[in-house]
Order: sequence, then C-alpha cells, then structure tokens
Amino acid sequence: MLKHTAIAFIFSLVSTISLAQEAPQLNDAQIAHIAYTAGQIDVTAAKLALEKTEDPKVRSFAELMESDHSAVNEEALALVTRLNVTPEENAVSSSLAGQAVEAENRLRSLSGDEFDRAYVENEVAYHQAVNEALKSVLIPNAQNSELKSLLETGLALFQEHQTHAEHLLHEMK
Amino acid sequence: MTMSLISRRTILALLAGMSFTPVFTVRAEAQLHVIEIDKMKFGAAPAGIHAGDTIIWKNADLVKHSATARDGSFDIDLPRKSQDSMIVKNTGTVDVYCRYHPGMIMTLVITP
Repeated sequence: MLKHTAIAFIFSLVSTISLAQEAPQLNDAQIAHIAYTAGQIDVTAAKLALEKTEDPKVRSFAELMESDHSAVNEEALALVTRLNVTPEENAVSSSLAGQAVEAENRLRSLSGDEFDRAYVENEVAYHQAVNEALKSVLIPNAQNSELKSLLETGLALFQEHQTHAEHLLHEMK
Repeated sequence: MTMSLISRRTILALLAGMSFTPVFTVRAEAQLHVIEIDKMKFGAAPAGIHAGDTIIWKNADLVKHSATARDGSFDIDLPRKSQDSMIVKNTGTVDVYCRYHPGMIMTLVITP
C-alpha cells in the first residue's frame, strides 16, 4: 500500500518533469516560481514531519530540510527583488503545488513508523525529481547568471538531501 | 662563595653552549589562515598550516554548515553567513566534513 503511494507520487513527478521539458522555453520569472514553489513544498512537508514524528533521526532530517529550504528561498526572494523580477505562476509550478497537497493529505492520515517511512520515501522521490528537473530543464533554461548560480548551488544542496534521505530509508529497511 | 662562582660559570657555559646548539626552534609567528565555504564547497586547504596557527572558518554560503574533524579534534558549527575561529592543536592529516552535508569534505595537513 505504502509502496503504491510512493510509486504514484514518483510517476506524477516524472510527468511534471516532462511537462517542464515540453514547456516552450521557460523564462526566468517562471523558473524562479517553480524553484520557490518546490522549496516551499519541502518546508511544508518538514513542518508536518516535525509535528508527527517521534524518531530522532527523522526529526533532525526534517529540521535540516526546513532550515536549508527556507534559507534557499529567502535568498531566491532577495535575488528576484534585486533583479526586479516578479515570479510568474505557470503550469509546472501549479502542477507541483497540486501534487504536494495530495501528498500532504496522504501523509497526514498516517502515523508512527508508517508516517516516518512514507515521509522519507517521499523525500527521496521528491528530491530525485526536483534534482532531475533542475539539471535537465531549470538550470539550462535560466538566463540570468545569478539565478543560474543559485539553482546550481541548490542542486548541489538538494543532492546532499537526497543522499541523506536515501540513507535514512536504507536504515529503516 | 666558591661554589656559587663555579655554578655561575657552569650556567654561563651552559647558556653559551645552548646558544650555539639550540635544542629547539621557536617559529617566528603563529599564522592566520582563512578557509571559506561557499556554494556547497570548502575552499582550498591552505598550505603550511602549523600547530598553534589560527584557522578562520568563514561560511559565505546560503545554508548552515559545520567544519567537523573526522578524528573528533574539532567540530565548529557555522550558521549561514557567519565565521568562527580555532587554534590548531593536533598535527597530522585531518579529514574534515560538514555534519549537515557529509558529501562536503576537505583535508588539512598540519605540521608541528
């Protein structure tokens, strides 16, 4: 059952990525909106985990997700303000946000070890998908060099998060 | 009287001897090294770090990091956009990593 929900989530993220790939040339305002939305989604998931988990390792992972993703988003906001760019909602960011609500509802219905495992599984899949989108779509399309550089640092950071989540999941097995 | 004269001579002789054959050398000055962390990477390890030197760890990055010695000799927490310093104590090769993002690594070589 849990496996199914995780797999469904991965599939929907994969379709989001292909949506991004098909998108006719995303502009910087749209890329900024996608990156910011992706960060907020992980902060929200981390807050939920901090409410629900009793596992110290899951807790410290969630604390790190909350602090790292908030920090990157703060920097992203400062950057778009400086560049006078207004982040622009688009099909990819809306799709991400919609899926995040579904994922959150699923997670809310779980508790204990079931919750921990589902949260960490989602974190693995989510970071994997976001990293793939950064690598293949968002970074190559970004025009402004500061935005590109921020996304590149983000990718290095989120790859660390992915490895961390994979280790956690491995320990649960 | 005689004794104290002899002992004074002995001491003078010893001091004279020491000045020609020093038993240890004192390094001129403890140095200051800065290692900057940015974009999820430690900066290059400075060359010529000696025990007694000071390292300033400067976190210029977006997120918090740590400079943590694998051998447990130091563990410095670095909030984003902050810096902290330490005096190098142990000598040898020290592997350093970030506790929060363990893929970030560097190696310090510290000589006496």
